[in-house]
Amino acid sequence: MKPDRTPALLGAILAAVVAGGLLLPQWTLFILTLACAQGLVVLGLVLLQRAGLVSFGQALFYCIGAYTAGGLSRAFGTGDLFVQMAAGAAAAALVAFVLGFLLARYRGIFFGLLSLALSMIFYGLIVKSEALGSTDGMNLVKTTLFGVRPDAAWVRYAMAVAAACVALGAAWLTHRYLRTPLGRLSPAIKDNEIRVEYMGASVRYAIHVNYVIAATLAGAGGALAATTVGHIDPEMAYWTTSGEFVFIAILSGTGSVIAPFLGALVFGAIHTVAYDVSPNTWQMSMGLALLAAIVFLPDGLWSLFAKRKTA
Amino acid sequence: MPAILEAQGLSKSFGAVTAAEGVSAAIEKDSVVGLIGTNGAGKTTFINMITGYLKPDSGSIRYEGRDITALAPRDIARLGICRSFQIPQLYRSLSVRENMLMALGIMLHNADLGGFFSFGRPDVPGHDAPAEEVADRILGRFGLSGYGERNAQVLPGGMRKLLDIALTMAAKPRVLLLDEPTSGVSAQEKFGIMETIMHAVKAEGATVIFVEHDMEVVSRFAQRVLAFYDGRIIADAPPQDALNDAEVRRYVVGGVHA
Amino acid sequence: MDQVGPVLVDGVIYSAWLFIAAVGLTLVYGVMKILNVTHGSFYALGAYAGASLTGAWLARGYPPALSYAVLLGGALLVTLVFAPAIERGLLRFMYAKDEVVILLVTYALFLILEDTIKLIWGVNPYFVAEPYALLGSFEVGGLKYPTYNLILVGLALALAAGLAWVLHSTRVGKLLLAVIHDPEMSRALGVNVDRYYLVTFTLACFLAALGGSFTAPTVSVVPGLGVDVIVLSFAVVVIGGLGSLPGAALGAVIVGLVRSVSVHYMPQVELFVIYSVMALVLAFRPRGLFGLAEPRKI
Repeated sequence: MKPDRTPALLGAILAAVVAGGLLLPQWTLFILTLACAQGLVVLGLVLLQRAGLVSFGQALFYCIGAYTAGGLSRAFGTGDLFVQMAAGAAAAALVAFVLGFLLARYRGIFFGLLSLALSMIFYGLIVKSEALGSTDGMNLVKTTLFGVRPDAAWVRYAMAVAAACVALGAAWLTHRYLRTPLGRLSPAIKDNEIRVEYMGASVRYAIHVNYVIAATLAGAGGALAATTVGHIDPEMAYWTTSGEFVFIAILSGTGSVIAPFLGALVFGAIHTVAYDVSPNTWQMSMGLALLAAIVFLPDGLWSLFAKRKTA
Repeated sequence: MPAILEAQGLSKSFGAVTAAEGVSAAIEKDSVVGLIGTNGAGKTTFINMITGYLKPDSGSIRYEGRDITALAPRDIARLGICRSFQIPQLYRSLSVRENMLMALGIMLHNADLGGFFSFGRPDVPGHDAPAEEVADRILGRFGLSGYGERNAQVLPGGMRKLLDIALTMAAKPRVLLLDEPTSGVSAQEKFGIMETIMHAVKAEGATVIFVEHDMEVVSRFAQRVLAFYDGRIIADAPPQDALNDAEVRRYVVGGVHA
Repeated sequence: MDQVGPVLVDGVIYSAWLFIAAVGLTLVYGVMKILNVTHGSFYALGAYAGASLTGAWLARGYPPALSYAVLLGGALLVTLVFAPAIERGLLRFMYAKDEVVILLVTYALFLILEDTIKLIWGVNPYFVAEPYALLGSFEVGGLKYPTYNLILVGLALALAAGLAWVLHSTRVGKLLLAVIHDPEMSRALGVNVDRYYLVTFTLACFLAALGGSFTAPTVSVVPGLGVDVIVLSFAVVVIGGLGSLPGAALGAVIVGLVRSVSVHYMPQVELFVIYSVMALVLAFRPRGLFGLAEPRKI
């Protein structure tokens, strides 16, 4: 058995964030925090990809998480990051549990289209909802951590560290999950579903579980993004948001639970730089990067670090 | 010897095509039964009904006295009835050993072992040893030990068949249905492959039902032959008698018995 | 109940627009088994080309009556510049890959084209209403409707009839049907499948561009025009059945009417209802109402 280096790597990254974060400028800490949020969503996508499924509707759960945080903020004045993330994750998990009964029967492009349709239904609901601010969305109360509002100079750092803790913790849990027999089922499902069924395992059950986990991660990510930016809007459920997550997933590859966060960081970097250089061509840069990734790095950025493909 | 598997009056039609009509057979525990018949005679339909892939229009299937007619393939597999495939169903992106480990992993999953909160390596149910050991043991029985690191996709035809059957052994089947185990294998290799299979399978104590077109293989390895024609069983006897039966010679063998 | 007239008229007009916008998408899927996200880009390209060229045409004082030909020409021009290059230069190398990967390639192209449009035409809105205003209006049930919308309906009908005729009554059409059913077999029988792919892709993009171009006089042409269209087209095509031409027509009619009813009686649920229909169809009849595609389902 090869030694499992992932927990050590996760710990090292967390240490780097805690220490290095003290030196980083505010805007970098902001991007780092957002990368954690996006990384969480993409981690879920990677789980599904391992089973051979691509969801074009993770924005549904991202948005549910965000609007749950928004709801807590507006209804109770709750700004606590951990409460919001937990609530967002729970709401998303509940919805995914119900939807999973339907979605687990689909594969390939139809899984993608159905997940897309479901996210657009949600978009259709909130974009016209006056109560939720329709296209303008709404703002959230200021973030607190364990009920405490950090000093203005420390807020970004505190949030980045908190986000990193949750994100890397989630990554660690996911990593452990992937080493259980159920977690290991995914590549078998992707490779030969028939064989799996004839060996007595329920493919639908496995996909349902993965779908719920992915949604939970996305919900947490959405709540984190909401409180980081301080604002939510229906665009978070739109297909282009789902597209962005898929983009990052392709960029990251499925090789490790760390890959999605790496991918989100790289994405954030390209986005920021490309937008600064020329705001009207950043999408083009993204498109070119995606094409390059598909053609030259089909296993994502992580394949640059890992020697072998994962099983 | 008690019957471990009993089919009673199985019938199945697809529109105007009768794939099975009144098929009945009692399979004895630990026996080796060969199914013969031309293409479309109903052999694969019979296997598909037993493994739950198809539901018969009428009739029943009993396994160890229990009615399994309506069960899904997954549940039937869990009960101990497993099948191999005419076109080997392997995990193409994995190596031979990884294929075996994956199959054993599925067994752990089915038994809810090795989950999130456990540590260490649990024994695979039915095998009393951790997965790595069992994998090596089974691969050894099938003569695949030397191919362990080879990717499943690049194995020669005969080896792929062996691996396909080896994978089903992970489930410790009580009844093993082999769908044309020697098809696609060269004439010289057929007997060798069948020997390996039978030896490995019998070591685990399974009842074997195999579909076969090669009459020499059938007469050598089957204790009993069920001959199919046009959806019906036209002969049910030991190989020598079945293969000399007039109807069988006419509809299956083709007149001359080698 | 005097809403029925306007609801129907609105529904018909919207259905016509949807059909024109979506039919190319189902065509590409049917022949090439690709969900083409750049379909939305070509809609936008057509809108920009149509609006800008018509604007230039009118500014030079040429006869407004011919502006319709300019709209057509603009769509054609922009298609010929981009579509063959995309198919021959990139897509054809991807055909062997998984359908989801090809979708992502077209998504990447969509992103690239979004900014290409900005580079060519800038970010300011184009508003060229003359072809629209020129035709005046007509009355139904006491309400005035622009006559221009009849052009859309006419165009949709002409397209439907034309495509149906080509597919079923011409040799080319029948060969195309063969390619739809089995590209490998067709290739083995000597059909130049590559050329059919090129022609199909170009035609489908032209149809999208045409939709954009003829819609341009009725809206303010801004960046991001294709983003809504593509997902609506997905809905139409899925409802009717991926790859089916009559399906696209039926899907367009259903979505058009559903939207019209919703807009008149309960506007908040407009989008919700459209995508719910899409989800319901996927849930209960994934191949769509007329679909050819076999959904991968266990």
